[in-house]
Amino acid sequence: MTTAEIENEIVEEFELFENWEDKYEYIIDMGKKLLPLEAEHKDDDHKIKGCQSSVWLVGEKIGDNIIYRADSDAIIVKGLISLLIRVLSGKTPAEIIDSKLDFINRIGLTSHLAQTRSNGLLSMVKQMKHYALAYQLKEQTQ
Amino acid sequence: MITGIDVNAVRQRFPVLQRKVKNGRNLVYLDNAATSQKPDTVIAALTNYYESFNANIHRGIHTLAEEATAAYEATRDTAQHFINAAHREEIVFTSGVTEGINLVAATWGRKNIKAGDEIIISAMEHHSNIVPWQMLCEEKGALLKVIPVNDAGELIWEDFEKLISDKTKLISIVHISNALGTINPVKEIIATAHQHDIKVLVDGAQSSLHTTIDVQDMDCDFFVFSGHKVYGPTGVGVLYGKKELLENMPPYMGGGEMIKEVSFEKTTYNELPYKFEAGTPNIGDTVAFKAALDFVTETGRDQIAIHEDGLLTYAQEQLSGINSMRFIGTAKEKAGVVSFLIDGIHPQDIGILLDNYGIAVRTGHHCAQPLMHRFGIPGTVRASFAAYTSKEEIDALVSGLQKAIKLLK
Repeated sequence: MTTAEIENEIVEEFELFENWEDKYEYIIDMGKKLLPLEAEHKDDDHKIKGCQSSVWLVGEKIGDNIIYRADSDAIIVKGLISLLIRVLSGKTPAEIIDSKLDFINRIGLTSHLAQTRSNGLLSMVKQMKHYALAYQLKEQTQ
Repeated sequence: MITGIDVNAVRQRFPVLQRKVKNGRNLVYLDNAATSQKPDTVIAALTNYYESFNANIHRGIHTLAEEATAAYEATRDTAQHFINAAHREEIVFTSGVTEGINLVAATWGRKNIKAGDEIIISAMEHHSNIVPWQMLCEEKGALLKVIPVNDAGELIWEDFEKLISDKTKLISIVHISNALGTINPVKEIIATAHQHDIKVLVDGAQSSLHTTIDVQDMDCDFFVFSGHKVYGPTGVGVLYGKKELLENMPPYMGGGEMIKEVSFEKTTYNELPYKFEAGTPNIGDTVAFKAALDFVTETGRDQIAIHEDGLLTYAQEQLSGINSMRFIGTAKEKAGVVSFLIDGIHPQDIGILLDNYGIAVRTGHHCAQPLMHRFGIPGTVRASFAAYTSKEEIDALVSGLQKAIKLLK
């Protein structure tokens, strides 16, 4: 599936929820199911700045694709990052860079993108795209 | 029933409290330690200034300038009485607590602190009462010492006394902690300090909202507070300093207003308080600030304090019934703030869900990172109260919290 198709799939799932509590229950559940990151990756190099909670992100290139793994000490953030991973992990750097990620607005989580110190979703998106840009640059210079 | 004031009548005066927020919920505003909401009279005063008599002050000879100057100076008189300062020229307008502390550090501090001198602060300071002193100490080769706090979030008096030496020149201490609500025994600290000829600055950012301030009774050398925390506009605050101290301090910023005569060879400075008010000040907000102080005085500071104490007791009782509740800050003397954690849940998760129930709390380190380190926690959930906070809002917090925990566990 393309990133756009996965985004649409997430939007469709969220349309089933009747209220915001169900929506958050789902996000929290996603957070709980996200595999924890090994302790060795939970260091300052992998920590995303600009989040009130601690968020660590690892992006590894395997073959043509980037595999993302992440963790956080806050469960909602973990759920949100697991949605981002679902869309972006396993895609090529070009696909990741071009992804729209407008599903966040479409599922009504715009406030998580707000430019306040407490919200790290924007920083997570940036960091994921940074990985893709870095790997793409590396490819081009090789 | 919590007595003290007619909370419904007070609430009617605050337009923002009538609005709905996320998911069509009524706003439950419990982030008053960050900033308080503004009553109708403050909003009207601000609008009226710009609609009726906006002008630059102190120099113009026209009607608007006269009226603006009178209104600006009337706020100074009101602020003087609000903290019971002996002289009106002891009231210096600043942009808020942060500027007030920086002003003292940059003027009194630069003049009086030498290499090897010592400044004492406490472990519960807000960053704005830490960083200016760190910067000064770095510049001068002075030493910053920190009074530790116990597990309840109270200053450890014996340790404080041990920190005092003949090199100590200043103690800069928060009156009421923004993160814990602890009321510090500032009067005793000041009395002890003065026995050793040490000056004391009191950070009144929170106390100006919750208690009656009497700088003469307290005998502090400097006192700072912010307008926006006491129902006033943002961007205006007060630095109080004892007259003889202010007179001997060099100016802070250079520019208009603070001068008497300027030639390229030499400038003589204006008298107090104008020496410290360079440039066109924040006239509109300062004018409206008077309405905020009047609101507090008319509502009755003792009455507000009784009301808030009632809320605090009620909130602690109700919250203590929640499973895994851990209060951070359990000082015997407390005001206006409940800070807590739910074991196994990150404060941010609670904050996000409470926001969806319409409840505004603060989560995080409350700009007091060293204090959070002291307790070994990333931050807390903080609910803080004001004159318009109702018992029903505490109930909403408790019920929202219970629902949030259910979703998260």
